[in-house]
Amino acid sequence: MTATPMRTLQSVTLLVLGLLAFWQLLYWGVGDVAFRSPVATVRFTATLLGNETFWPHARETGRAFAMALLLSVLIGLPMGVLLGSNRMVGAVFEPILVASYAIPKITLYPIMLLMFGLGMSAKVAFGVIHGVIPIALFTVSAVRHIRPVLLKTGRVMGFGPLEMARSILFPAAMPEIFAGLRIGFSLTLIGTILGEMFASQRGIGFLLMNAIGLHNVDLIMGLTFLLSVSAGIASFALLLVDRHMKARAA
Amino acid sequence: MKYAWVWRVGLLAALVVLLEVLCATGGIDRLTMQPPHRMAVDLWRIITSGSLNAAILRTLTNAAIAFVSAMLFGVVFAVLLHRARFLRETLDPLFATYYAIPVFAFYPLMIVVFGLNDLPEIFIAFMLAVVSVVVTTLAGLDRVPRVLLKTALVSRLGPVETARRIVLPFVAPFLLTAARLAIAYALIGVIGAEFIMSSNGMGYEISFAYNNFDNATMYPLILLVILTSVLVNALLSYWERILLTQRGLS
Repeated sequence: MTATPMRTLQSVTLLVLGLLAFWQLLYWGVGDVAFRSPVATVRFTATLLGNETFWPHARETGRAFAMALLLSVLIGLPMGVLLGSNRMVGAVFEPILVASYAIPKITLYPIMLLMFGLGMSAKVAFGVIHGVIPIALFTVSAVRHIRPVLLKTGRVMGFGPLEMARSILFPAAMPEIFAGLRIGFSLTLIGTILGEMFASQRGIGFLLMNAIGLHNVDLIMGLTFLLSVSAGIASFALLLVDRHMKARAA
Repeated sequence: MKYAWVWRVGLLAALVVLLEVLCATGGIDRLTMQPPHRMAVDLWRIITSGSLNAAILRTLTNAAIAFVSAMLFGVVFAVLLHRARFLRETLDPLFATYYAIPVFAFYPLMIVVFGLNDLPEIFIAFMLAVVSVVVTTLAGLDRVPRVLLKTALVSRLGPVETARRIVLPFVAPFLLTAARLAIAYALIGVIGAEFIMSSNGMGYEISFAYNNFDNATMYPLILLVILTSVLVNALLSYWERILLTQRGLS
């Protein structure tokens, strides 16, 4: 994929226009019962952002997400490095990791609630169980695919394990690890939001669940729009960094 | 690494024993978690008594419908998209950011459009599953070696023959990966939708049991969901490994 910046900009513009057109058409098809037009949604989102009561929820979600992402990285990266660099440990644990990636983690929310109680720790935990596995799995494969000559060079130069990780493992494996971080970012976010929907009294997920219960279409559309746009922008930015890294490594 | 699986089984067994001991000694209280043997006994009781079989069957059927339609639609769409280079470059950013979007927020909309029956949750599950199928299939199609396609040209194979004899066998492992992802997402979609709003199905029964502190129903059902997804996933990855071994790629 040789996407020049110009080309990328063009396709993103086209995509946004296409999605807006699709949205408007859908609105004409479905009507006002459960849907709002793009214009109405943007207008409602603007008033929502101007509303004092909204921001504590947004901050709560932001804090939960930041904590969940930090924990996912702090747990996932070392786990991935360990499983990737030690063959025996990898052979024992990697299949477990792959299998737990496929578990519909949404069914675990009652257990999370019973273990952590209603509140911050439950949704952080929910975000972490979503995000940590892809980060670990991508790191495993990244570490395995490092060219052996680099590792041998490190050994010849008498590097200890820490020095080895800092100056050889991470730089060499970074492009692939970053791809894992990008996916981990999305999944942690969705996990945190899901956690808030089911296991919380505060946050954007809670507002969304409440709006669903009250059938407040304006709020549902506004929150979904807000979440999709911010997640979309963040994840697209990560994608650009990802491509940049791959291009430099190649 | 011949004994890796022995270690793995041993570790998992040790984990179960640890849980058992913690539950027996009161390290984990009864309200939080039941001892593993109780879960197994209760699961057996639930299945043989047949009281929840309708709910279990309904959830699995809906997930299966969503999975099959996501596979069919996703593969066909990917094949078409593989030819339409421009459209693909336009949609690429959407695919990359898709899983950061909270698809569940659209569930109320689906209910208004389709009515409160099985269709909304099937559609949510389909929406979650289909993009992973498209992305994985595209990745497979991208990797079909040029030389094989040239061989097809030289041997004057028509498009149908080329697809059947060259592209399909090459892409098969990717399709299995796509199937694994799609099954996981289909289960997440159906069960998550049942958590949010539904009057039937495993997700509904789990959250109903949770609200009534009925751990004797909740834990066995969660265990059943986990066992089902792990088992299906293991079977598919076994098949995938056979295909790769035949090709000398494993």
